[in-house]
Amino acid sequence: MMNGGTKTCALELKNIHKTFNPGTINEKIALDGLDLKLNDGDFVTIIGGNGAGKSTMLNAIAGVWPVDQGSIIIGGVDVTALPEHKRAKFLGRVFQDPMTGTAATMSIEENMALAARRGKRRTLRWGVTKTEKEQYREHLKMLNLGLEDRLTSKVGLLSGGQRQAVTLLMASLQKPNLLLLDEHTAALDPKTAAKVLELSDEIINENNLTAMMVTHNMKDAITHGNRLIMMHEGKIIYDVQGEEKKNLHVSDLMAKFEEVSGGEFANDRMILS
Amino acid sequence: MILLALNPLSLLRAMPGACAQGLIWGIMALGVYITFRLLDFPDLTVDGTLATGGAVAVMLIRGAGMEPWAALIIAFAVGMLAGMVTGLLHTVLGIPGILASILTQISLYSVNLGIMGKSNQPINVDQYRLVVSSRYISGDALMKFKFYGGVVLGCLILVAILYCYFGTEQGQAIRATGCNMRMAKAQGINTDFHTVLALMISNGLVGLCGGLYAQYQGSSDVNMGRGAIVIGLAAVIIGEVLFGKFCAGRKMAFAFTMVSVIIGAVIYYAVIAFVLWLKMPSDYLKLFSAIVVAVFLSIPHLKGKFGKKGVAE
Repeated sequence: MMNGGTKTCALELKNIHKTFNPGTINEKIALDGLDLKLNDGDFVTIIGGNGAGKSTMLNAIAGVWPVDQGSIIIGGVDVTALPEHKRAKFLGRVFQDPMTGTAATMSIEENMALAARRGKRRTLRWGVTKTEKEQYREHLKMLNLGLEDRLTSKVGLLSGGQRQAVTLLMASLQKPNLLLLDEHTAALDPKTAAKVLELSDEIINENNLTAMMVTHNMKDAITHGNRLIMMHEGKIIYDVQGEEKKNLHVSDLMAKFEEVSGGEFANDRMILS
Repeated sequence: MILLALNPLSLLRAMPGACAQGLIWGIMALGVYITFRLLDFPDLTVDGTLATGGAVAVMLIRGAGMEPWAALIIAFAVGMLAGMVTGLLHTVLGIPGILASILTQISLYSVNLGIMGKSNQPINVDQYRLVVSSRYISGDALMKFKFYGGVVLGCLILVAILYCYFGTEQGQAIRATGCNMRMAKAQGINTDFHTVLALMISNGLVGLCGGLYAQYQGSSDVNMGRGAIVIGLAAVIIGEVLFGKFCAGRKMAFAFTMVSVIIGAVIYYAVIAFVLWLKMPSDYLKLFSAIVVAVFLSIPHLKGKFGKKGVAE
């Protein structure tokens, strides 16, 4: 951040507010004056209790719904007024549910071709070209899942872990300004989760991506990425990076949680990780 | 005992007509397949669109002296317009899909009456060079051959065009929209636009079918589309149940599926001819059609429910 002369801002969130069901009994202030700046190449892990606003922040960036107030700037472009499908050209996304990131009734190569055209006009040109097929085969080889021989298999036939791996690959085919990982390993068994996490690191490093990863696993949050933020009630309450982050312990984060939530955090599912 | 009173020859005589009707309605069923299966959109517009296609074709041939084949192109275009209305009601105005399509369907009833000026308009095969007519199947061998050959070839050309289209970037975007809207949006696909597009293509096919069917039966009627959606669904489901396994995992599976939908329509009309031959009163036809669809629709569900027990334990 100090040598900002060469670094550009990958993402800037300015005073983001979002309230769900305003004026009703279910009113919920989800984002409450959120500010955040990410440098190019930052890999931020995001932790916080249930309802802290982690996924809401990612959805706000992706444009799933419009925010009430504030502005969202990705790679220098103000995207606040853009609908979700127009923001997609800046973003790679992997979701918590492995079913969400891919189209089950379409083949692996078709899914990859859809992702390779992210942000481009859909024309009457052939959907998957021969040269693409070869490229995809090479990309899939890197996953070491044997998927390179199943290009025409329907994605619905793959396991959850395989689908997340393919979704990650898809997110990087067209280099995004920002990769959003929304608890993308939470629905997987521990072994598969570790593999997918490893793959995420690889893809982020190889492509030099800027990434945000929501997780409820504090150990993962510390060991991955160069920066860690903690959210509580729609705000960022803790933000560390570099050496300071590397030296963090799970117990430090626990203490921080206890501090902001007044002990009630003991009931939260985060303690399980 | 009753069966003895039935004449097998009359059943045989009914089959060519059933086959021809099935092939023509197969085009409509392709349209239903696009919305029902690819887009996952319950589109009831088609009941109105079918009659619109018929009305437009007949009035253009008779009133404007248009060539019957050219009138079919306009019927296709007008069908697309009807689909666009439903699509815009749904995407721009946020009306739930099924309701949006019912609104369009109902308004088309008035539109169709407006086009025709009254509820029924005949068209005489002796005066115009109609593309298809029930008269052709009672003609000589050459005429029959030309008729069936032409209709089958036409269907296959449509299947080929649709197969190619749904392999293009745009076609794949439509399929992604229907399969997983969140994924489609995340990949930058304008799901609203592609929903409207799919509804337009689907209703275009239905309009084309209406134009053909009006020529085939020698008249256009404001009620000719009533229950069309049920026939379309029946064709789709019969095709899937009978040929689903055959098509799955095959190269060009999608083309085979579309052909099986058309065959499904032919089988549907063959079954109808059969029950009519069994002396079922034609008043019960719609009830019978609905039961056929309900039975076939429930097969996958019931299979899953009762088939699982044996597998899981």
